[in-house]
Amino acid sequence: MSTWKSRDCLGLRGVSREEIELVLDTARSMKEIQTRTVKKVPTLRGKIVINLFYEPSTRTSTSFELAATRLSADVIDIQTGASSVVKGESVVDTAQTLRVMGADGCVIRHSVSGTPHFLAKYIDIPVINAGDGTNEHPTQALLDMFTIREHKGPLEGLTIVIVGDILHSRVARSNMWGLLTMGAKLRFVGPPTLIPPGVEALGVEVRHKLDGAFEDADVINLLRVQKERMSANFFPDLKEYSRYYGMNGERLKRTKPGSIIMHPGPMNRGVEITTEVAESDQAVILEQVTNGIAVRMALLYLLIGARDANEKKTETTKAGDTPSLF
Amino acid sequence: MNDNHFRQVMNADEIDRTLHRMAYQIWERSARSHLALVGIRSRGATLATRLRPFVESLAHEDIPLGLLDIGLYRDDIGRTSPAPPVRSTDIPFDIEQKDIVLIDDVLYTGRTVRAALNALMDLGRPARVQLLALVDRGGRELPIQADYTGESVKTYENEIVVVRLREEDDEDGVFIEKEVG
Repeated sequence: MSTWKSRDCLGLRGVSREEIELVLDTARSMKEIQTRTVKKVPTLRGKIVINLFYEPSTRTSTSFELAATRLSADVIDIQTGASSVVKGESVVDTAQTLRVMGADGCVIRHSVSGTPHFLAKYIDIPVINAGDGTNEHPTQALLDMFTIREHKGPLEGLTIVIVGDILHSRVARSNMWGLLTMGAKLRFVGPPTLIPPGVEALGVEVRHKLDGAFEDADVINLLRVQKERMSANFFPDLKEYSRYYGMNGERLKRTKPGSIIMHPGPMNRGVEITTEVAESDQAVILEQVTNGIAVRMALLYLLIGARDANEKKTETTKAGDTPSLF
Repeated sequence: MNDNHFRQVMNADEIDRTLHRMAYQIWERSARSHLALVGIRSRGATLATRLRPFVESLAHEDIPLGLLDIGLYRDDIGRTSPAPPVRSTDIPFDIEQKDIVLIDDVLYTGRTVRAALNALMDLGRPARVQLLALVDRGGRELPIQADYTGESVKTYENEIVVVRLREEDDEDGVFIEKEVG
């Protein structure tokens, strides 16, 4: 029987094919719950999940909150603008305070890569990464894989094209680790300035022109241009980006029959995707949102629903151990 | 039977005859309308699938069949490691006002049935729920009894009742085994 091996879900790097299959299979059962009149099961009744969001988020935080409440867990939703973080409290102090108040799991989003990994060393409850800097966004990649599997069947051998700002995209990074593990053929498409160097060595094909790179794809995943993460000019302007890398109606006609268009949202309409494409029959963008709840329910179940979830970690907090950065 | 620890309680013929007999009982005691079968995954679901044509041959009509997974309703989540696997619930009919026969392979503590009842009630309000168990081994921890029992067996706490069905185990038979460890 497959199990999720780690206490936490910090990323998909190093996660096995069996573990990914387990999450996707469990998510399929969780999705059925969303079709019922009573969209709730008593599975995590009495458990408390902390939603700790240090970056603005609507869809991910809401998705996690819905996932937890559909499993009957109680949710403490901490948006940092209205918490003691503004008084200078560290991530670890905040989480430990909530932990001793009885929390059973922690979901964290942070603009600094590695924060969930750091936190996981200091609290003895499961930590789920809801996006850390430009590093990973494992639950988004899992929901992407779940959506692909629903439409295209097993992931092995599928050609999947991810277009856009790969460099700043934690979604692309998690998708890369997950999809390569699952045996998919992965192609990154974007301007040279927005493709991280060295990914070819990991087995990813890289192209710099969208035309000629998407026509054979089973899946086209369009990433948002993350202007807020760009400290330099990576391309001349959005209009030019749209012309070379935007998916529009004319390009849509050249896609492989049966292929699907994905986007992790929020979309910059008219930049990486036009309204015509976003609202086409091939677009599965809203399904991704629905599937996100099922996948997060699956992870919460697998992590918090395990006996050793509350056992002490071997590495525990020591006085003065917390770096001043946090 | 492939292990010295096994004591056989039912063979393939006996399971088949028992299911036939229980189909008659269901048909005699059910409301004869709005009847539906719901099997608890996994072997209860297999038994329900086998029982259905027997009941349909008596009813001369289609009998709805649902498969119920109780993984998310167990009362030991967080006490077992790892988290028990979750399979899908597939009940392709409206259970409102149905006369449901809930089917499982072994009735022991009653906790599985409690979980199944909770899961059913979340899907609607059936008119009546009856319980069918292929084997009742006693040892109840909750006040739950079967309406239809295939075989009652006396067991010790250190024994387990193993139901093997050819759809999953390549053979039919009910065995009592000494619990190892």
